[in-house]
Amino acid sequence: MSMNNQGRPTGAGDPNRRRPIAPGTVTPEELDTISGDRGLDHEESLIFELDHGAVGVDLPDMEVGDDRLGGMRRTARIGLPGLSEPEVIRHYVRLSRKNYAIDSGLYPLGSCTMKHNPRLNEKMARLPGFGDLHPLAPASTTQGALELISQLMNWLTTLTGMPAVAMSPKAGAHGELCGLLAIRAAIAARGEDRKRVLVPESAHGTNPATAAFAGFTVDEVPAKPNGHVDAEALKAKLGPDVAAIMLTNPNTCGLFEGEIIDIAKAVHEAGAYFYCDGANFNAIAGKVRPGDLGIDAMHINLHKTFSTPHGGGGPGAGPVVLSARLAAYAPIPLLVADGKGLRLIEDMAAAPDGAKPFGRMCAFHGQMGMFSRALTYMLSHGRDGVRQASEDAVLSANYILASLKDVMSAPFGEGPCMHEALFDDSFLEGTGVTTLDFAKAMIDEGYHPMTMYFPLVVHGAMLIEPTESESKESLDRFIHVLHTLAEEALAKNVARFAGAPHLAPRRRLDETAAARKPVLRWKPDTLKQAAE
Amino acid sequence: MRYLPLTPDDRRAMLARIGAPDVDALFRDVPKSALTSLSTFDLPDTQGELEVERHMSKLAAKNIAAGAAPFFCGAGAYKHHVPSAVDHLIQRSEFLTSYTPYQPEIAQGTLQYLFEFQTQVALLTGMEVANASLYDGSTATAEAVLMAQRVTKRGKAILSGGLHPHYAETVETVAGLFGPMQRTAVMPGSAEDIIALIDEDTSCVVVQSPDVFGLIRNLRPIADAAHAKGALLIAVVTEIVSLGLLEPPGAQGADIVAAEGQSIGNGLNFGGPYVGLFATREKFLRQMPGRLCGETVDVEGRRGYVLTLSTREQHIRREKATSNICTNSGLCCLAFTIHLSLLGEEGLTRLARINHAKAVALAAKLASLPGVEVLPNAFFNEFTVKLPKPAAPIVEALAASGVIAGVPVSRLLPHDASVQNLLIVAATETNTDDDFDALTAALKGAI
Repeated sequence: MSMNNQGRPTGAGDPNRRRPIAPGTVTPEELDTISGDRGLDHEESLIFELDHGAVGVDLPDMEVGDDRLGGMRRTARIGLPGLSEPEVIRHYVRLSRKNYAIDSGLYPLGSCTMKHNPRLNEKMARLPGFGDLHPLAPASTTQGALELISQLMNWLTTLTGMPAVAMSPKAGAHGELCGLLAIRAAIAARGEDRKRVLVPESAHGTNPATAAFAGFTVDEVPAKPNGHVDAEALKAKLGPDVAAIMLTNPNTCGLFEGEIIDIAKAVHEAGAYFYCDGANFNAIAGKVRPGDLGIDAMHINLHKTFSTPHGGGGPGAGPVVLSARLAAYAPIPLLVADGKGLRLIEDMAAAPDGAKPFGRMCAFHGQMGMFSRALTYMLSHGRDGVRQASEDAVLSANYILASLKDVMSAPFGEGPCMHEALFDDSFLEGTGVTTLDFAKAMIDEGYHPMTMYFPLVVHGAMLIEPTESESKESLDRFIHVLHTLAEEALAKNVARFAGAPHLAPRRRLDETAAARKPVLRWKPDTLKQAAE
Repeated sequence: MRYLPLTPDDRRAMLARIGAPDVDALFRDVPKSALTSLSTFDLPDTQGELEVERHMSKLAAKNIAAGAAPFFCGAGAYKHHVPSAVDHLIQRSEFLTSYTPYQPEIAQGTLQYLFEFQTQVALLTGMEVANASLYDGSTATAEAVLMAQRVTKRGKAILSGGLHPHYAETVETVAGLFGPMQRTAVMPGSAEDIIALIDEDTSCVVVQSPDVFGLIRNLRPIADAAHAKGALLIAVVTEIVSLGLLEPPGAQGADIVAAEGQSIGNGLNFGGPYVGLFATREKFLRQMPGRLCGETVDVEGRRGYVLTLSTREQHIRREKATSNICTNSGLCCLAFTIHLSLLGEEGLTRLARINHAKAVALAAKLASLPGVEVLPNAFFNEFTVKLPKPAAPIVEALAASGVIAGVPVSRLLPHDASVQNLLIVAATETNTDDDFDALTAALKGAI
């Protein structure tokens, strides 16, 4: 495969990979700049170190003659830095340039779903009727917002084949908590006491953490050598004290749990509930309805499947679809329609007949800003586009698996996989290249590494999720780079891997020191000296 | 479909490399009975930008935005002016479309602003350490109570009657699993009421100031009483701009501060996404929930930042984690950080003074209406008025005439007959004298 048709530098051994340097000039490595900056790569101080008493807003100096602060006026300075607007803008623009982003390159983080974020979604979320709307404004002035939520609820219940959805959870893990609290309430309503939750060892860390958070004990279910949950072991663990199972499907190995209907049946026969972690719904949306699989509750990460931006780690949104067995226990607020239009029931005691809300997940009504983006995404795609996106995501992952399995070890071999391709580090054995080195070398090649060391069920996991947003050309280039890197590793060309990355804004950072003596905030030098 | 780059030719070529006859062959593990056809879904098909924008704009136009009317709602979410630079910067691709900074070498932008954010939150609240944000103020408060239960190994929590009722319900839903939650009387809810409930089983006392009715409290006596019994004081702040003018909770003995940061940098968004602020004492560091960003150096000795102390977190500790939280409120805390950087010490102080001056002026106007009483003696930019009639119908009637008068307390406490005449009114720098006149006149007509 030649990638030189655009004059791009390519793999090792290519004589054109670095421009020739004229005799008598320094190499980039030798050039010690006066500023400390290197071309477009600027070093940037902390905002506190840029303080010079300026101000970035123009506000009148207004003082009340007799304040009504009850004697609680602040006496000490806060210590905030003062900068003008151009300085603040330059500071954050410079910081932004130190980040990798899906807009600038393929972002193959398995389990995280870094797909394209359409800008129409941003524009719609900022319409004043949504972005500048108060959560407790009179109901007559918020009908359009409630209609939007209602339409999104219809999309979510239709795509999942589930009768109900709780909209307020603010992220995936918050949705898990919502689902488990609904299960807890349903069990209590039956007058039972079930304390155990079964969680496969391949699960996201949030699953066992949520179960504990909701007051349950966690019982791990092993995986089979083929990456699927051990359905027999799972069934053997079922009993009168089991409240629920938490299963991810497609699972974190990128495989569809084919025995899921059978598992659901056994779970229900044992009187337990089936929670599905919906983090990977983007592989099957528009193809498979979780409601047809026997699932009782599943959160949907709007920031994954429906492309609300990850924003460097949030905000997310995690609505939870519920089966008929759990629908009554959905938390407040509840959205209902009556003669006067749509309205929110914000009070437990005012719940309609049959509803037994378990409580409240958060103030107000959930992540409206994410709802408007997600609905925009859905309307743009349509049911056909949602289905096509799932198929393309699965196709792209399989393409990567098929193209790399000759050099990288794929623990569950021949495929097909769903939307992510899982490799392990057995191909690196004896090469002197570690899993971490291999991943970090991708940074030098201009890529964000794949998810590493997760899932835990394989040794040195490398989980690649290309999503549907990459062109074939982009996938080919990624495959070429990864294939060549793997060949280099197999050829024991250790030098290029050890200590990578070399070309990022920072080399490898000392995480041990950061944890041993945590420095979690800036302090002025005088305070630092006093502390020492 | 404009967002999908693969062409039919691409798909065929890719299937050929894989060795699959068609895409459904890749879904072979799915039980046949569960594989649906497109017609299963009663939903519309793909639409262009223009059609989608038209649809969404129609929905948006049915609402009355806060900026489109004289507007006085608060009670946990506030209308403030956000400088244009904030929204421009947070929409930069490198911030908007990046993931959690798990690869620090190529995420220094996110990590450095998180470090700046943590510093700003610690400074504002007067606490020693802050995390890299939680979902919002209410979930931060619930996490604070859970943390207090862990630290003290006690279950009971006392929730002040002035705590926002949504916050109280959120706490009860989660922390109520691990011990009794006792709420004190709604109003006046004196410090003595709270102090009388503190005993040896109490993990924490949760007090909001300014509280949901706008009242500013002195936290010190409650902190001292809590500490005397080995309990923690959790201070809740829903209007973070108030700390530009008020003594910070850290200086009043708070052990944990849980706050809503929406007011700085973030729009109203009908309730979310917002940004939960969480700060505490250094000695409780390892019991904190949520992400933490720390300073370190790279192998060349250059300063850099990493996520740290992750051994508290779910992806390492699983069921033994301090919280199940995974996502933080990244982009919202960036907006907070940028807005606060623009404000600086002088800007924030001025902004807070303007807010207070506006509220004092409005309170004087409303108090001059016959039968209207301003309840809290001390308040920041929000206060409760007692009307001669139930507040909710008046608010709806005024909305019909184009004035959004505030939040009736009955919306938050529908079962408390004693509050039905109460209205929570907020005034910020966005309100003009004309707004005040409009509210005063409309209210006068309605009562």
